Amino acid sequence: MPNTQHPIELLRFITCGSVDDGKSTLIGRLLYDSKNLMEDQLEALEKSADLTGGGQINLANLTDGLRAEREQGITIDVAYRFFATPKRKFIVADTPGHVQYTRNMVTGASTANLAIVLVDARQGVIEQTRRHTYISSLLGIPHLVVAVNKMDLVDWSEARFQEIRDEIESFLPRLGGFRDVKFIPLSALNGDNVVDASAHTPWYEGPTLLGHLETVHIASDWNLGTFRFPVQWVNRPNDPTDKTLHDFRGLSGQIASGIIRAGDPVVVLPIGLKTTIKEIRHYQDSMPTAFCPQSVTLCLAHDIDISRGDMIVGIENLPGRSSDLQARVCWMNQRALLPGKKFFLKHTTQTVQAVVTTLESRINMGTFESEPNPPALAMNDIGVIRLKTAKPLVFDGYSTNRLTGSFILIEQGSNATVAAGMLTAPTEEAKPEYTDFAI
Amino acid sequence: MSSYHLDHLGYLETEAIHVMREVAAEFERPVMLFSGGKDSICLLRLAEKAFRPSDIPMPFLNIETGHEFPELLSFRDRRAKELGAKLIVRTVDDALKKGLATQAPGEISRNKLQTPALLGAIEEFQFDCAIGGARRDEEKARAKERFFSFRDSFGQWDPKNQRPEIWNLYNGRLNPGENMRVYPINNWTEMDVWEYIKREQLAVPTIYFSHERECFRRGGQWLPLPPSHTDASQPDPYAGARPKPNEPVKKLVVRVRTIADMISTGMIESRADSVDDIIGEVAAARVTERGSRADDKASEAAMEDRKKAGYF
Repeated sequence: MPNTQHPIELLRFITCGSVDDGKSTLIGRLLYDSKNLMEDQLEALEKSADLTGGGQINLANLTDGLRAEREQGITIDVAYRFFATPKRKFIVADTPGHVQYTRNMVTGASTANLAIVLVDARQGVIEQTRRHTYISSLLGIPHLVVAVNKMDLVDWSEARFQEIRDEIESFLPRLGGFRDVKFIPLSALNGDNVVDASAHTPWYEGPTLLGHLETVHIASDWNLGTFRFPVQWVNRPNDPTDKTLHDFRGLSGQIASGIIRAGDPVVVLPIGLKTTIKEIRHYQDSMPTAFCPQSVTLCLAHDIDISRGDMIVGIENLPGRSSDLQARVCWMNQRALLPGKKFFLKHTTQTVQAVVTTLESRINMGTFESEPNPPALAMNDIGVIRLKTAKPLVFDGYSTNRLTGSFILIEQGSNATVAAGMLTAPTEEAKPEYTDFAI
Repeated sequence: MSSYHLDHLGYLETEAIHVMREVAAEFERPVMLFSGGKDSICLLRLAEKAFRPSDIPMPFLNIETGHEFPELLSFRDRRAKELGAKLIVRTVDDALKKGLATQAPGEISRNKLQTPALLGAIEEFQFDCAIGGARRDEEKARAKERFFSFRDSFGQWDPKNQRPEIWNLYNGRLNPGENMRVYPINNWTEMDVWEYIKREQLAVPTIYFSHERECFRRGGQWLPLPPSHTDASQPDPYAGARPKPNEPVKKLVVRVRTIADMISTGMIESRADSVDDIIGEVAAARVTERGSRADDKASEAAMEDRKKAGYF
């Protein structure tokens, strides 16, 4: 029974890996063995087992929620599942294994604290394993678990497990970014080392998968460093009857990083004016302090013209400001990316026009090498590009700030989201023009 | 745990507020669906948190099937008034009269007919975005939903071709005629909803709490006895939904766990008469919330099919 007495942490994770590595089965097993499945869900599973599965319950049917998915026995789009143990609450994104649905994996990965990459013990490391591990690192997921699945089919061979581990560890240093990496031998189908420790792996001394998910340190996953606050919505009450609200002007948004206190000096960008925080409001409360990722409303000491898309930041470690940008992108559309094309670029809370000027390189998933000057980036390619925006962006490098260093590209006309972009750190800070504006 | 750390409800709350403010900033004519049920009650508090001290910058909309629990309607009206919001009500009856919808022969439930009525209201008011309280944990087609769920000019959902949704960068761009459904509490579970109601001390309609009610057994569920038909000059709105001679009426101590309308809501036998009791009951439950809804039992893809057609 979930404990409602003290704060419970929320861990968001994804499962990824190739088709048939058993991702959906693993989630089914986690839910089943941790007693998070309900009777009517089991009943529906048994019903579909009798009809189509020759009596064998298929745990994958729990997450494959679309008709086309059940027909083809594959996962097309991310399915989100929720479960809880007395220690934590979990949101699972079950992401597709097919190369053609990589964009959906990126959707699941962008908000995860932890990635479980499944490897079929018989197949070993294949391109999809490398691709998904790479994307997990590219998107800055802090925690990685390599789940070596179907160990029962290789006779629980420690040597085979070690071989797979060695191969992945040989390329991990080239990816970087993971705060911790765990290798776990298991069988999702039979439940070994998923929730309950297996009797088949006396040579394995680590935790079960659930044991690891319940204890991995996530308290420092949110960025409490430099203060960044993209203004999302200007809060100006329009109530002629309430005099106290006549002069109220608040700036609403979600803190992208850092901590802010009432009275702190801040800089408003891109205009570059310095002021102080007069009040931090949240609903009916006035708060002395707020932190990432809280949604709050800030009132400033000076009446400065500020609108959506502007950014309020701490006075130290200013972000960059430029309209010439370099970024790594994951291309997600069937129409390949060619240089010269114009897009809408959404970054924090603003959307500007942008043109892709140069394709600098494309990553070879087999070797993780950069291949310079590709003619195009095809669907699911990852590469480095240069962009020019119609208006300068105030931004940080993605490696230091996931929320102020990321953008999406939207195709004009179709309005399709076609790329996920991660900005390279700026070369110089945004220089406030009037630094001595009264404090 | 450090003091700069949100618990799970705090995280879910800030995520939902961010989504609501994106809607207010990016759409011309948004609307919020408010039925008076527990999920939309949470939406209202989140909207207050997102926009106060300003007014909530969008009206509320409810599509009535005509079979609503009266307690729910009075709660809905009272809450909208307290918040100073404009409440728009459109009905399946209107949609039938205007010829926007046609009842399938032999079908009593008007659940499916809410779709044309909703699409009619979206058209009538030119809404470009509708915020709803659907949650991913309710059902497996809903488990695939984005926060910003794109609908074409027929209101249809194309689950195989959803826009990638990355970080908290929601793509709200539309061409004329298209619209967006937005689900701020997508990541909430039934338990989260009740824990939030408790934490925020939110009022809920009395039918969520244990009470005495006349029910009859049909399709493995206890259905509420519809109100009696008094106006003989009009056709009985509950024709077909009244107990047959072989379906004896029993007085039971029951409550609702999830609310559709009186025809499609199974009552559960329960003595829970406080939010704490309900939280205890949800924690111990062995069937899902939607297990008590007749509309979802039709087939394994019942929800997916309705959503493709424009259902919420």
